[in-house]
Amino acid sequence: MPELHLPPTLPSLYTDLPRRLDVDAATVDEAIDRLEERWPGLRDRLCEPGPALRRHINVYVDRERAGLETALEPGSRVDVIAAISGG
Amino acid sequence: VGSASPFRFAAIVGTIIGMAKRIVLTVGTRKGCFLLESDEGRRDWRVRGPFCDGWPVYHAVIDASSGAIYASAASEWHGAGVWRSADLGETWEMSSDGLQYPEGDLKLSRVSGLAVAHGKVRVGAEAAGVFESEDGGATWSLKSTLDDQPGRDSWNDPSRQPPGHLGMTAILPHADDPDRYMIIVQGYGIFETPDGGGTWEPCNTGLRAEWPLEDERVGYCVHKLVRSPADPARFFQQNHCGMHRSDDGGHSWTEVTDGLPTDFGFVAAAHPHDRDSFYVIPLDPGHGRVMPDGAAAVWRTSDAGSTWRRLDSGLPQQNAHLGVLREGLAMDSLDQPGLYFGTSTGQVFASADEGESWDEIASYLPAISSVEVAAIDA
Repeated sequence: MPELHLPPTLPSLYTDLPRRLDVDAATVDEAIDRLEERWPGLRDRLCEPGPALRRHINVYVDRERAGLETALEPGSRVDVIAAISGG
Repeated sequence: VGSASPFRFAAIVGTIIGMAKRIVLTVGTRKGCFLLESDEGRRDWRVRGPFCDGWPVYHAVIDASSGAIYASAASEWHGAGVWRSADLGETWEMSSDGLQYPEGDLKLSRVSGLAVAHGKVRVGAEAAGVFESEDGGATWSLKSTLDDQPGRDSWNDPSRQPPGHLGMTAILPHADDPDRYMIIVQGYGIFETPDGGGTWEPCNTGLRAEWPLEDERVGYCVHKLVRSPADPARFFQQNHCGMHRSDDGGHSWTEVTDGLPTDFGFVAAAHPHDRDSFYVIPLDPGHGRVMPDGAAAVWRTSDAGSTWRRLDSGLPQQNAHLGVLREGLAMDSLDQPGLYFGTSTGQVFASADEGESWDEIASYLPAISSVEVAAIDA
């Protein structure tokens, strides 16, 4: 299953949400669906209505910049990054 | 009790019979929410925080009846939500469940002014709309975007919004009627609903604008609206253009700026027991928007705005270029009420004697956006 890495700003918002987890998903959007199923409200932390990734949320699949529609392979590594923002 | 005031005597009696209060300030900052606590003497304060994971907080409020705390916040990364704590800050949860507009033109970028009354929590948003929670902030529902009101077509147009893009900045519940409340749309003015957001009426008659108006009913820059707890028909507002009083429930306004050093400021507070006493903090109206001449002062009227008196004992009088934003001034409801303000440079000042003397009770908080206060059963 794809391996998902989340930013440090998320786990404190949801009970038992780890920084790293495996998700059964064929796209980035589906991976976020899996998160939402287990931790309701999490999609809203990453996506705006549309849906689209929030402006300062960047997703990389195997080190390549990705979008919601980007396909995942069973061995994919997905990094969700909260972009550097202000002081 | 020879030298004690009647207020101290009341506090002692209250303590003996188990009615002592904790005075709790909720302070919203650019880097989370902080709580400041004291006893009824209001001399020694304990600071706790930051809470809300350091999210930028626009407004943090505390419900005096339950002790529940709510904080409207917007993260650069993770969007807008309302944090809540039912145990005076020991634990917190955040929810944005329902804080969104239906598919269409409106997009929610932040939540702003909060109000707790009659078992409901309400919060304003940008784009301008009011959301309501009946389960203590766990879930929210959209009540209105004021679609048929004058100005509605332009206030959500980014090119026509005032700087800051705050949208609906404040909500003021009615004292007795759960369905009646007022709201402020930034740069457009006050509107009142009698039926929980179903219908609205502009409440800006008599206000002044220093710019052309397309519609005389709206276009007024209301910064802060307060109602006298001692007289529900009496309101004051600090406007971009002057200080104003209403004696008819906020429907018409009379300017009462004469006697103040400037006509600009963001805050106002109402005395809990005296219908004629209100407080403001005048600021320079230009780019600085700080207290004039580098000297900090709060101004009080005790005659409904006919005259104003400068209160500065204990406040810094040199090189103190302090700003205070819309929700940055609050007053408690004790017999001798206390007054509190927080600055955009992170200081909190408190007075336990209606503003006559002041102490700095926090010095190095992040930039403060709001200060609210409640007396909670200890």
